[in-house]
Amino acid sequence: MNRMSAIIEREMRKFFRSPTLMIMSLMMPLLQLVIMGNAFGGKIVGARVAVIDYDHGPEAVRLRESFDAVAANIKTFKTIEYKDEFQAREDVRTGRIDAAVVIPAQYSRRVYSQDKPQLGLVVDNSDQFMSGSLEAEMQALVTALTTPVIQPRLANSIALEIVELYPYVNYMKFLLPLTVSLAMYISVMIGGGMLYIDDKARGVHEGYLVTPITKFELVFGMNIAGSIKAMLAGISITVIGSLMAGLGVIFHPQALAELLCLIVAASIAFNGMMFLLMVRVDDPLVPRAMFGVLNTLLLYPSGGMYPIAAFPRWLQAISVVDPFTYCVHGFKAVLLKDGGFVAIQYDLLFLFAFGIGTLLIATPLFKRTL
Amino acid sequence: MSTASANSLSAERPQAITVEHAVKRYGSFEAVKDVSFSVAEGEIFGLLGPNGAGKSTLIRMMTTLIPLTGGRAIVAGHDVAKDPDAVRRVIGVIPQALTSDPDLTVEENLSIYAKLYSVPRVERAKNIAAVLEAVDLTQWRGAQTKTLSGGMRRRLEIARGLVHNPKIFFLDEPTTGLDPVSRIAVWEMLDNLRRTRNLTMLLTTHYMEEADKLCDRIAIVDHGTLVALGSPIELKHSVPGANVVEVHFDRESEEWQKRLEGLEGVTSVQAESAGFYRVLTSSGSKTTMQLVEMAASLGETLTSLSVQNTSLDDVFVHYTGRQLRDEQVKPPAFTLPPRPGARP
Repeated sequence: MNRMSAIIEREMRKFFRSPTLMIMSLMMPLLQLVIMGNAFGGKIVGARVAVIDYDHGPEAVRLRESFDAVAANIKTFKTIEYKDEFQAREDVRTGRIDAAVVIPAQYSRRVYSQDKPQLGLVVDNSDQFMSGSLEAEMQALVTALTTPVIQPRLANSIALEIVELYPYVNYMKFLLPLTVSLAMYISVMIGGGMLYIDDKARGVHEGYLVTPITKFELVFGMNIAGSIKAMLAGISITVIGSLMAGLGVIFHPQALAELLCLIVAASIAFNGMMFLLMVRVDDPLVPRAMFGVLNTLLLYPSGGMYPIAAFPRWLQAISVVDPFTYCVHGFKAVLLKDGGFVAIQYDLLFLFAFGIGTLLIATPLFKRTL
Repeated sequence: MSTASANSLSAERPQAITVEHAVKRYGSFEAVKDVSFSVAEGEIFGLLGPNGAGKSTLIRMMTTLIPLTGGRAIVAGHDVAKDPDAVRRVIGVIPQALTSDPDLTVEENLSIYAKLYSVPRVERAKNIAAVLEAVDLTQWRGAQTKTLSGGMRRRLEIARGLVHNPKIFFLDEPTTGLDPVSRIAVWEMLDNLRRTRNLTMLLTTHYMEEADKLCDRIAIVDHGTLVALGSPIELKHSVPGANVVEVHFDRESEEWQKRLEGLEGVTSVQAESAGFYRVLTSSGSKTTMQLVEMAASLGETLTSLSVQNTSLDDVFVHYTGRQLRDEQVKPPAFTLPPRPGARP
């Protein structure tokens, strides 16, 4: 045990003396949280929509007044007067404007005579997010215009009452579970991957191998140290990220205990995985080259950015064995849903089993000689 | 060959290291070929040879870092293959690479290794202070290792290898990369350590001077084979010719080699470069006089002429057929092709 603690002591002293690892493992996830959290999930503001009015009747005026109301209030779009429908379509194609609304001749008459009144909306569907937002906004306007001023006393349509279990979750909050997982992964990638191979290449391990330390002490010493580093990164990002995203859950003792369990389990899982991948590697370039590949392979199928249900089968299969999936699910359950231990028990079970399993495979592969 | 007498000298004392028919193969390549030798307690034993000769492989087999393919090695009475942990407890090893952590202080590095060797807490501080004193790094105990000079880092490595009071000390090229002043300081330190701690040392080197000054006995290793073994004096005496005459003729001629070989007492002549020859002779003074007379009678000018005693370099040439420094500074493999149209 004394020899194992010597390995841990050396790793931790090195970790605190050289803050690069700590800074780098915190910097990238935090930047991602700030930039992606603010860039995604926001509402469209100030889109340019052309209006081509061939009708000029009272209903067309009513429609254009509702456009002006949107431009003045929620500011989703502002309208630009166009005379030529073909020019408007061309400008949507070239990106000078974002959409065009065509009010056809006889529109007002058709509205009054209830003779299938129609409006045209030209959108650039190469940008799904923009076109989807404008379509939804226009649909809401049209629905509002067709709703009778005097509502029937007895409703004859089916109403869907939506009950939201949790307060509004903005994208920054939604991204936080992935950010915490990413911080631990980067810490393990640098501390357990790159530095481990660098030490090997520099001959530090040769120094260990000539001492009476056993294979078990050496493997577990290095892995415990790697897990502690990942835990420190996880705790730091959980606290900083929660404060940035405005989540007060970290002030609840039970939630804090759940988070701590998840951080410990995820650190062991990530570290075990990295040790298994690196146990027979000698070339310092390998972990650097693997960084991007692993990042893409593990991060995106985790469901941290997009729902797993929307993935094709093969991608869903990756997410089943991906420790990121359980890590992200667990953190979501605690940070966003206050789900308690019941909500994270399977995540904890998988992460602990994954970590111990990978270590058990890696230990016999570790060579006690050069 | 003086192997027998050298071995009888070492046989008087108990053996610290015994290597019997050691073989190391990597696939079809044989890095160490049937090497046998023994090292007596308290002896400084050198493995001398060029890079790639198999010295480091030998030392790594003895220190349990790589397994032997054949033969056996006994270190401090323990078989390295059967009881590697017992071997590790009694040896100190300084590998070629600097293994101390540059981010840790001198004292922290020593403390970590003392713990790795399970040195009891009460002895740890005492041992660290003693080894720091021995390698003259006491005043640097709190300095981060990365701030130390190359010589100081090498001294720290030596201290690191001694922190658990080993019986046998293995050093793989301990002075490689050091400037001459630091190198001499390390030699003095190692000699002092041997005397004060009664250490058995086995070191590898490709520096003739280091082997000559430091080692009680030397084994010359070439292409994985032990080609000669003995004390530096014995090895020098084993080479025919007591002196080396180095002569540089002003003009290069194919006749020089033949004429030099014909001089009285000359045992071998080696052409070094254009007009420059190393002549092994039983009498340096006689050969020098004959050389001067020969040059005067032929109307030739001698650019330089020197007489030296036989060195380990000559021993190496004698046993391997080439110079050690030839191996260290290899000529570039690539030569420019002739210009098109240029005359040969």
